[in-house]
Amino acid sequence: MPEVSELQAVRHYTNLSRRNFSIDNQFYPLGSCTMKYNPRGAHRVASLPGFTGRHPLAELPASQGFLACLHELQEVLKAATGMAAVSAAPMAGAQGEFAGIAMIRAYHDARGDTERREIIVPDAAHGTNPASAVMCGYVAREVPVGADGDVDFEALKAAVGEQTAGIMLTNPSTCGVFERRIADIADVVHDAGGLLYYDGANLNAILGTARPGDMGFDVLHVNLHKTFATPHGGGGPGAGPVGANERLAPYLPTPMALREGDAFRWLEPADAPDSIGRLSAFAGNAGILLRALAYARMLGRDGMRRVGEFATLNANYLMERLRQAGVELAYPERRASHEFVITFRQEAKEFGISAMDIAKRLLDHGIHAPTTYFPLLVPECFLIEPTETETKEELDAFVAALTQVLGEVRTDPERVKTAPHNLPSARLDDVKAARDLRLVHGAD
Amino acid sequence: MSETPEELHYAPSHEWARLEEDGTVTVGITDHAQDALGDIVYVELPDEEQQVEAGAEAGVVESVKAASDIYAPVTGVVIAANEVLEDAPERVNEDPYGDGWFFRIQPDDPGELEDLLDAAAYDEMCSEEE
Amino acid sequence: MPFIPHTDQDVATMLDAIGARSIDDLFDEIPGALRCGPLDVPLGEREMEVTAALTQRARRDEPGPCFLGAGAYDHHIPAAVWDICSRGEYMTAYTPYQAEASQGTLQLIHEFQTMMAALTGMEVSNASVYDGASALAEAVLMAVRANRRTRRRGAASAGRETATTRVVVAGAVHPHYVATARNIVQGQGIRLDATGFDANGTVDLARFEALLAEPPAAVIVQQPNCLGLLEPVDEVVAAAHAAGALVIAAANPISLALLAPPGDWHDRGADIVCGDGQPLGIPLSSGGPYFGYICTRREFVRQLPGRIVGLTEDSGGQPGYALTLQAREQHIRRGKATSNICTNQGLLVTAATVYMSLLGAAGLNAVASRCHAQTRELVTELASIDGVERRFAGPFFHECVLDIGRDAQDVAQQTATAGITGGLPLGRWYPDLANCLLVCATEKRSDADIAAYRDVLRRILAHPEQPATASAPERTG
Repeated sequence: MPEVSELQAVRHYTNLSRRNFSIDNQFYPLGSCTMKYNPRGAHRVASLPGFTGRHPLAELPASQGFLACLHELQEVLKAATGMAAVSAAPMAGAQGEFAGIAMIRAYHDARGDTERREIIVPDAAHGTNPASAVMCGYVAREVPVGADGDVDFEALKAAVGEQTAGIMLTNPSTCGVFERRIADIADVVHDAGGLLYYDGANLNAILGTARPGDMGFDVLHVNLHKTFATPHGGGGPGAGPVGANERLAPYLPTPMALREGDAFRWLEPADAPDSIGRLSAFAGNAGILLRALAYARMLGRDGMRRVGEFATLNANYLMERLRQAGVELAYPERRASHEFVITFRQEAKEFGISAMDIAKRLLDHGIHAPTTYFPLLVPECFLIEPTETETKEELDAFVAALTQVLGEVRTDPERVKTAPHNLPSARLDDVKAARDLRLVHGAD
Repeated sequence: MSETPEELHYAPSHEWARLEEDGTVTVGITDHAQDALGDIVYVELPDEEQQVEAGAEAGVVESVKAASDIYAPVTGVVIAANEVLEDAPERVNEDPYGDGWFFRIQPDDPGELEDLLDAAAYDEMCSEEE
Repeated sequence: MPFIPHTDQDVATMLDAIGARSIDDLFDEIPGALRCGPLDVPLGEREMEVTAALTQRARRDEPGPCFLGAGAYDHHIPAAVWDICSRGEYMTAYTPYQAEASQGTLQLIHEFQTMMAALTGMEVSNASVYDGASALAEAVLMAVRANRRTRRRGAASAGRETATTRVVVAGAVHPHYVATARNIVQGQGIRLDATGFDANGTVDLARFEALLAEPPAAVIVQQPNCLGLLEPVDEVVAAAHAAGALVIAAANPISLALLAPPGDWHDRGADIVCGDGQPLGIPLSSGGPYFGYICTRREFVRQLPGRIVGLTEDSGGQPGYALTLQAREQHIRRGKATSNICTNQGLLVTAATVYMSLLGAAGLNAVASRCHAQTRELVTELASIDGVERRFAGPFFHECVLDIGRDAQDVAQQTATAGITGGLPLGRWYPDLANCLLVCATEKRSDADIAAYRDVLRRILAHPEQPATASAPERTG
């Protein structure tokens, strides 16, 4: 344990903070993470003493304010996703996935339909999808994504059968394109008795324009730290509310807020005997839920639609500018959703430069690197998500910076390979970090 | 260009197998595989006396950015594991067919080796993958 | 438009560059039948209006003195903690995947890992999981994996697989933790068997021995337990280890400033220590965001889920930090990952790290000692009321069960109406304890607060019992 004065501690952590990139300091186009502006007003509201001081097990008379907020958020998320009911209990997207798949299993089990062992996942999906399926006792069966970025429909049809418990899809997908045959996919899976899970990681792209509930999804999660602008906090907290249609609503995790006239109460086990139960000690990441509610109220009906519209506008503009600058697009025939994939396989082949090298050099330009090496099926790729809160000027500056780096790849590749050069640390040795584990200070 | 010794047998999952004079089979991963994985940081080996099945998982090899299962190329009992790799996984990168071997099996049926690929077929498979 | 910076001119220029006539054109790959009309949500409000509306709601819940613990504790939080956490550089950064641009967060997490390992008497720590209950669930999964490996090694010569998927819950473990763990692990066929507690409010050792007859993968014990009492942890560890089971300790981090760290229990100590970090500088906030911590011994580090930061060097030989052991995680290992966990609770870890730095070992010890002293005072004062007495006799840390001789749910609602958060009516967890309140006093509760609560409770108990009307809050599910 350290023994320092208050000033020493404050100075230490203030100085450390200056060694971080953040949305407040830099453009942060991290694909699939939706690094948009986190409104200060939402943070302020969630920090009100009545909210921060409320004990999670406080009696109902001293809980009406919080329960009203939780109930209102559940209603907003129902409307935004087209679902019949929402539970805000899951504490992150991955826990939302777990909840959704556990609900699918509970549904099949309740019908005595216990031979369904597989959850289908596209090979381009987030790693959390197969991991969540396995945690629920399923086998994750991968289906390929075609050259156009859509799921290979024939392969999907061949994979679906009486062993299929369900499918997990992100739409728009992790390839940054809208899954055009989603209605057909829904039919194939439903006809076989399976259910559809919507991974809400990319909901920002279609907020106010299209709803998963209308596409045939039975259950979904929403990443509030993405679409609803709650701060990422250096890797969390998040929040991953789950929504379900009428068929799966009885299985939603607890706790949930219930309204009875003007009063609110918790949903009791007696109200939800089929629930998959609780996934946290109390009511999930309540403070994050409050921030999301404040943001949703500031957006309102039109603001929500504009989120999807301008996120899409920014992505398509940036993609087009990069195409014109000679960058290779992974799916050149497609519209971008709110994000898109580019590949540096030519640079890798010709100059021995990796996508990671380019990412590190972008840091020198004061830009946080896009997501690298995801989706896994595109070699040497970036997944770029500018979000709606960035200006055209910021996007133009990104194009200029990347163009400059790509020029340098040809003129001075060593400079790129050894980047970054202007940061507190030079390139860190992650091989040494893994081979020679030094996980606490002062140990060996 | 990666190296593929003529005298070894190869599994499509990138393990090599060598029949030793004493009838045991030594197993490792190919030069091609170590190159594709990059700097190897950890190897999880099967335990001595563990029964392994041909084509079933018998270990894991990790680099910083990837992790791959290691499959036993033949059925049998593990009689030795290369403990050097626990502290020096980089030996797999440096010498995949020598010091970087993974484990040794007493095979139930050495004839199973003939079900594997020879060097030419393995090289062809790798070039098709690229 | 809220938070969207584009001018009309920008939009026109951008659409022109794309070659689209309207923003709507950009959605032309979405089949028309799947487009939705205006969402059924109200129109947007300005920050000022939202703040006013939600402030009104927050005021309705503004609590008086809090004597409720039960897994969430009302400690004093030094002002510097959240001043630092609210810096955009911490709050609006993401997971430190680009290490060179994230040295602030990475070094801070490494400091956190160091402090948590020291506090629990373990060798390594992860960078946190969601909360204490989910940490217990992850610890169970981890123990089953680790135990499977250990047993396979031990049993190899016998040539048989002795994997076990049973875990024993010893003593009074927080029912919400047990429910969460059960809900999360049951999909993998793992079963939790509980010993329950005996007349002392601690583990029923006879029943415990019986449940060990068929050796489980692990044993869970909470210290202090969820009734505030101290479990006989040395006996539990000895018996569990003798049966070849790993020991998972769930511990309140503040209590560790006074009690023996789990790493020192019995011979080689607990194998995995987990719990909720909320007491370390995080407000009650209706239950979250908090963070869960998991510490363990080095031999199990590869089974430890979640992010982990390691010290390394940069290309110039200067020390620096990076995420490590990532090949265990879902983004690489996918379906074979140690867990599906993706986010940690970074911002709350920041708060806890700053909190522990501000207090130091001496400060934590002072907080823990004061909590214990104030709880003793609280128990003395409340037990001075006719008909109120301690339900269990053993030593406690900063929570205690009081039998108040009548339905505690009704009494708790009345104290809430009187402006005091009076404790947990234990009937919500254990029907046999319906007349009991679990009370807690942290260092924040003054002697005057305690006296005020005593007077309110005395007044309530002086009146005859009213039939309960309002339904009870959230129950175990």
